[in-house]
Amino acid sequence: MKLPGFLLLLSGGGIVIAAVRLLHGGALSGFILAGFAVEVLGLALVARAHLPASKDKR
Amino acid sequence: MNSLPADFQFSFTLCLGFVLLAPFAIAGVALINAGLGRSRSAAHAMTSCLCVVSVAALIYFVCGFAVQRYPLHAEQFVAAGPPGAPGLFSRGVSDPGALLVLLVGIFSVGLASIIPLGAAADRWRLSAACTSTVLLAGWTYPVFARMAWHQFLPMLDVKFNLGHAFVDAGGSGAIQVTGGLTALSLAWLMGPRRGKFAPDGLPAAIPAHNEVFVLFGCMLAWIGWLGLNSAGAILYAGMHPQNSALVAVNTTFSATAAALAAAAVTRLRFRRPDASLIANGWMAGLVASSAGCATLKPATAILTGLVAGALVVLSVEWLEFGLKVDDPCGSVSVHAVAGLWGLLAVGIFAGDPDQFMAQLVGVAILIGFILPITYGLNCLLGHVIPHRVSPDGERQGMDLHELGADAYPEFVVHADELMG
Repeated sequence: MKLPGFLLLLSGGGIVIAAVRLLHGGALSGFILAGFAVEVLGLALVARAHLPASKDKR
Repeated sequence: MNSLPADFQFSFTLCLGFVLLAPFAIAGVALINAGLGRSRSAAHAMTSCLCVVSVAALIYFVCGFAVQRYPLHAEQFVAAGPPGAPGLFSRGVSDPGALLVLLVGIFSVGLASIIPLGAAADRWRLSAACTSTVLLAGWTYPVFARMAWHQFLPMLDVKFNLGHAFVDAGGSGAIQVTGGLTALSLAWLMGPRRGKFAPDGLPAAIPAHNEVFVLFGCMLAWIGWLGLNSAGAILYAGMHPQNSALVAVNTTFSATAAALAAAAVTRLRFRRPDASLIANGWMAGLVASSAGCATLKPATAILTGLVAGALVVLSVEWLEFGLKVDDPCGSVSVHAVAGLWGLLAVGIFAGDPDQFMAQLVGVAILIGFILPITYGLNCLLGHVIPHRVSPDGERQGMDLHELGADAYPEFVVHADELMG
């Protein structure tokens, strides 16, 4: 879960940078928000991967 | 200096005065880190701060400044001596304006470097902290500072048609969030302190050993932030020095509102105001004020502080209970969460969707690139120089284990140390 999470973080950042360099107007805002949403998803995965295993699972 | 224009001399002198206040911010955060940690690690906390700041200053001089380059607005400020790009060992940095920019950079990177010590308190080895600081001061901080103030984000309006440029006058993003995300990475990599979480996952309270240090640290940090925000607004945001009073008013209002918000929220949630969380609220207000210190109106600075103060209390609780992150000083909440809020607040209170988008681009770069890179670099470093002290060392205390002497040898006896 850690690696996919960090890859999502990087992908989200990539989407935002690419959008800024390539797009204008409404599409630009849309892609910035989409990239940010991907990052939030990645952050959630990374945070979840760092949760200690619960007692019953161990 | 006598041959320089009078306007430059005025700006230079005023700015130098502000920059020389910035070490108070470092002293304040160091006291907070020491006070919120355990008594058996107090000397280690302060020693780590001194060593880490020393490493950060030297590494920034050697290569960090060359990576960062002059901030866009500072290039106009140092027009008295035309600056080329600084080289390794800050080669070519000789005129007064350029040296001033180098100095504020050294203090900024020093502040960013001691932020992770708060999250990793009571378990981070001194040698690992110093080596990790090499990465922060030589690469992570300068790379984002270059993006925020020199190359990409200040040109969102003119080069990329976004409408407005990214605003981070006092370093909410470059200093605070970079330090805060490094703190989060290290807290994740090192795991919680021994005995912090019970087997059922419930966290144990490990109280601060000296609240007076913590609260006095907040007051020192206030002075430092006034200097850092004012100098940043002039050098990084191109504000005219005559407008420095607005920066001071915004910084103070944001901190005071945040402290009161934290007091109110802790009073509502725990029936009594909590001193540690009020201190965290105060610091969160200072951090959140940094981004918009030169552009916010006093009323919106108060709103920024109110949200930061409430947010930091909820964030500390959520990190500890929800995500099981052991952050003894609340560094992640104070510096990363409040710093991100400060950046977004500039966009929200500007009342312009384009400004919000510009701020969001900066936030996305911090979360999307700085966090994974910092985590990856520190993870690799941990395989060469282990970050975490041995279980025996943690039980004994960092002071005795790493420094060979307690901070308070005549007063403190640790029951669990004697009983094992």
